Amino acid sequence: MLLIISLLVENKPGALMRITGLLSARAYNIESLTVARTLDPELSRMTIVVDVDSTLRQQVIKQMNKLVNVLQAVDLTDSPAVRREMVLVRVRTAQETRTAVLKEAEIFGARVVDSSTEGFALEATGDPEKLDEFIDVMRSYGDIETTRSGVVAVSLEAKKLKLQPPVQTVLTDPRPLLPSHDR
Amino acid sequence: MSNLTTGAKMLLECLAREGVDCFFGYPGGVTLPLYDAIYDHHIRHVLVRHEENACFAAEGYARSTGKVGVCCATSGPGATNLVTGLVDAMMDSIPIVALTGQVTSKLIGSDAFQEADTFGITRSCTKHNYLVKKLEDLPQVVHEAFYIAASGRPGPVLVDIPKDVFQAQGHYTPVTSIHLPGYKVFTEGHTGQIRRAAQVMWEAERPFIYAGGGIIAANASAELRELAEILDAPVVTTLMGLGGLPSGHPNFVSMPGMHGSYAANMGMTHCDVLVALGVRFDDRVTGRLAAFAPHAKVIHVDIDPAEIGKNRAADIPIVGDVRRVLGKLNQTLAELRGTGPLAGPSAARQAWWSQIRGWQAEHPLLPVTSDSEIKPQHLMKEIDRLSAGEAIVCSDVGQHQMWAAQLIRFNGPRLWINSGGLGAMGFGLPSAIGAQFARPDKLVFALVGDGGFQMSIPELSTIASYGLPIKIVVMNNGYLGMVRQWQELFYNNRLSSVELDCFPDAEKLAGAYGFKGRTIDKPWELASALEEAVREPGPYLLNVKVSPYENVYPMVPAGGAINEMVLAPPQPVAVPK
Repeated sequence: MLLIISLLVENKPGALMRITGLLSARAYNIESLTVARTLDPELSRMTIVVDVDSTLRQQVIKQMNKLVNVLQAVDLTDSPAVRREMVLVRVRTAQETRTAVLKEAEIFGARVVDSSTEGFALEATGDPEKLDEFIDVMRSYGDIETTRSGVVAVSLEAKKLKLQPPVQTVLTDPRPLLPSHDR
Repeated sequence: MSNLTTGAKMLLECLAREGVDCFFGYPGGVTLPLYDAIYDHHIRHVLVRHEENACFAAEGYARSTGKVGVCCATSGPGATNLVTGLVDAMMDSIPIVALTGQVTSKLIGSDAFQEADTFGITRSCTKHNYLVKKLEDLPQVVHEAFYIAASGRPGPVLVDIPKDVFQAQGHYTPVTSIHLPGYKVFTEGHTGQIRRAAQVMWEAERPFIYAGGGIIAANASAELRELAEILDAPVVTTLMGLGGLPSGHPNFVSMPGMHGSYAANMGMTHCDVLVALGVRFDDRVTGRLAAFAPHAKVIHVDIDPAEIGKNRAADIPIVGDVRRVLGKLNQTLAELRGTGPLAGPSAARQAWWSQIRGWQAEHPLLPVTSDSEIKPQHLMKEIDRLSAGEAIVCSDVGQHQMWAAQLIRFNGPRLWINSGGLGAMGFGLPSAIGAQFARPDKLVFALVGDGGFQMSIPELSTIASYGLPIKIVVMNNGYLGMVRQWQELFYNNRLSSVELDCFPDAEKLAGAYGFKGRTIDKPWELASALEEAVREPGPYLLNVKVSPYENVYPMVPAGGAINEMVLAPPQPVAVPK
């Protein structure tokens, strides 16, 4: 099944590698992955869509939560959440179909971000399924090229973020003596 | 120590503050600045002969004490050689801090001489790892590494340090606090769940305690013993948990699983409440999962939430440090006991115990002996006699490991040291080095097969060099015994690449390193030869030639249910004349 995981991650070197490594070590295929900075520049928000055996769903979330750099991993698959994706489509159109393309784009709420004699570059956001339809429609007008952003999701429920407080280090003073087993 | 100092000295300062008295390593180009600082530092560096063995030795140190073991290697091949040891420590949850040198920062990514992406390579075989980019970060990182390695579910942490960081100069300020907001350690255990668990355990008719390496890691032996006694329940300890309850304790049954005893596996299969403590329901214990403990309500205590429900769903999950949880459980149980007699029908409890005793009597784990050849089981029984439950036994991997686990007694934790989860051959000898450094007072056996011994044979030099009085006992059957056993049983006895001929002459081999060695193959020589080895003040290599075709029984074939054990070799059918 496709699992949507939202992660709050420390912006540290190797953090992304640890998360993707955890998935690849179990031979899970990542459908999409997005990552960007949050309000706190030291933290990143990640949304991962990954194909996971449904019985292992909890296990994946638990393993992610174990990573030192992961502050929170949440399964958004079935919980109230908004999921959105963006696609950029470059469509080559003949002169006579340009108006039709623009009409279709309007239906899908897409914006024209570039226009040339060759055709248009369009930007659309929506449900991943909606974007599939949009791409299908555009394809019927001619050659297209697409780049999808991958899903970003936000939970509609406030999830309490439990962070660990600092711990005091209990360190011994260096002992300038040889260990007892020095025979 | 606030004056200007180098990264290398700063690192040693941090190690000293963590209470490190010795560490195991092998120098190289980029760790030169570190080794220069070691030259006149009080922390002892133990020079091994291969980096893999540095990590195994650090594990031996950690496993025999509970302290963090430290190993050190240079960049590139040094670091890659550590990998097996790191995976081993990861699988068995052993606290290790591995320090590796890295090429100078400016050269990282340029395919420089002896460069390897240590940070990337060790990502999946460490609990956490670091690449130190600036000297200012070094003390914080080192103390974090120790904290992560030792806390929660222990594990290996690697710190990769470029040469220029060792050389850079800066002011050392002691680290006073560690802040890892995403590193969650659950210790206490849910009070309500503990109460429920106590009630279920109390009312059980056929309770059974399944205790693992978590008992050792959490130093919870005393609490486990108390639980066993309050509840009067039979206890099995896994390969990783041996010594968690003294082998001589009346409630101790044996080890369960693939080569566990009949009674242990039957007990697991027939119990109504299974109390799983610091275990991970490993496939070598459970056999076919669907048929494992089919009648049992499972109470699962573990510090790692990801272990709960991973293989077997828990009826009562408790996430916490097993020592603290057991403390509360025992208290609750004691209160329940105070309110009246056993809630569960005591007749049922008595019947349960007599059933367990019956199983034990039906198929005991017996030392097999012979008049003409040394049986491996006979060897284990003799080691057991000399150890009397007190020696540290560092085992390698294979048949001898299973026989040792079945037949050698351990009076306490941290005496039985072996590579459980990973099953890394070559572990026995170097881990004995670490254990002997950590516990110079102890009799340490390196109990190895002829295969694993030859994987770590360079360490004989380390043992000789430091004069470590380790008793190396090679159970020599001339084969990779466990693989041969499977080829015999499941591959029509087509013995493919398992015969290990040309084993060196033990007396000459040990003699070449300057200590005593001997080969024996007669059963009547065994007791005196082992006694001689133990009496010898220095190291001793005893090569014991055992019967080559002995197999480990009982055995649960891979994928089988644990109550479907093969108890003995198939008997030849008498052909009528």
